[in-house]
Amino acid sequence: MGDLLWIFASSMLVNNFTLVLFLGLCAFLGVTNKIATALRLGLANLFVLVITAASVSFLNRFVLDSAPFLRTIAFIVVIASLVQIVEMMIKKLSPALFRELGIYLPLITTNCAILGLAIFQTNREYGFVQGQVFALGSGAGLILALVLMASVREKMQFASVPAVAKGTALSLIIAGSLSLAFMGFAGLGSGG
Amino acid sequence: MNHDHGQAATAPVGKHGPTAAEDFLKGIWRENPVLVQLLGLCPTLAVTNTLGNSLGMAVATVFVLCCSSVLVSSARKLIPNEVRITGYILIIATFVTIADMMLEALVPVIHEALGAFIALIVVNCIILGRQEAFSAKHGVWRSFLDALGMGLGFTIMLVIMGGVRELLGSGTLLGYSVFGPRFEPWVIMVLPPGGFLTLAGVLLVMGWHRERKAAARPDLAPRTVGAPTTTEPALEPAGV
Repeated sequence: MGDLLWIFASSMLVNNFTLVLFLGLCAFLGVTNKIATALRLGLANLFVLVITAASVSFLNRFVLDSAPFLRTIAFIVVIASLVQIVEMMIKKLSPALFRELGIYLPLITTNCAILGLAIFQTNREYGFVQGQVFALGSGAGLILALVLMASVREKMQFASVPAVAKGTALSLIIAGSLSLAFMGFAGLGSGG
Repeated sequence: MNHDHGQAATAPVGKHGPTAAEDFLKGIWRENPVLVQLLGLCPTLAVTNTLGNSLGMAVATVFVLCCSSVLVSSARKLIPNEVRITGYILIIATFVTIADMMLEALVPVIHEALGAFIALIVVNCIILGRQEAFSAKHGVWRSFLDALGMGLGFTIMLVIMGGVRELLGSGTLLGYSVFGPRFEPWVIMVLPPGGFLTLAGVLLVMGWHRERKAAARPDLAPRTVGAPTTTEPALEPAGV
């Protein structure tokens, strides 16, 4: 149990996908203008992460054992089809959310966080349960990063910023400061 | 992803629209994938803590980009429109697997340092973006030039990022000491926040440069092709 808890905390805080490992930056910089949208995109990502982790542990167990060189190709095909399914589901269940996420929904396929999860899970030889906890932790970390970023940016709209720094440069500076804060978690676990 | 191509057509070069040389050169400066289109940020930030890692990543990406562009453009009439993205991704993933194996065999040290980020070249938006925006509509030779130009633009950015971060973060370049033993390294530059701040610094310098240029000659679009101007302002993040 302590092991699982550690996987969760490590993937959410110490090795936060977005702020420490730089995975999923496109969405991080693109969709974080409003907290509500950021939260929903985070939830969609979390959902895809969890089902990806399940399929990846299945693939690793039964298919890729005999053909490790097919790993990258198999992962990306599975992820692309999963995202397609999620896209159709969201379109059916919540058209408003579908419109709001726009291009970033199909782009979850090329979101490095999803493929990154599949690869890390394989490299660390996580089993099914560990994989699920890892996916939940990473997803929670992703949501945390997206929401933090969106809340800072919502406030930033009222600040007077020099014209040169407006846009991406400013977002990157904010991301840098958030990342700096997350470096504080690096000591977590080494003491206990 | 498609709007960038429109810019190429309106650029003030030649009489007959973009030439072959223009296809090659636009990726290096005017439509630089990282600086202007803000694509491929994950590798730009994640593996640029040393110059060596940056170069390894750049070479692998250029290889995958060029090979995929050539294959996609030669098969562009065979791939049905509905499944083209899946087709591109499969082609890209194949070349990434090849690059992964080659790096492991030739430079195991760099392979170890880059780790999962080699496989993550598959989801580098620059590569998929070029297939969709260029290779799917142009011939093999033009697509190759376009891929090479974009790849070089990406390489230049990675080298700037890797150079600045290694120089300030460990006081070395490619492992050789630059400032001597008394230099106190800025550890933050090789840590994740350093990546964000360095790229922010580079973008700030770009914005400043563009603004000054626009103020001086409002009627002229930026037409300088080539990188000399990017090398020296890159040291600016020292002030961030």
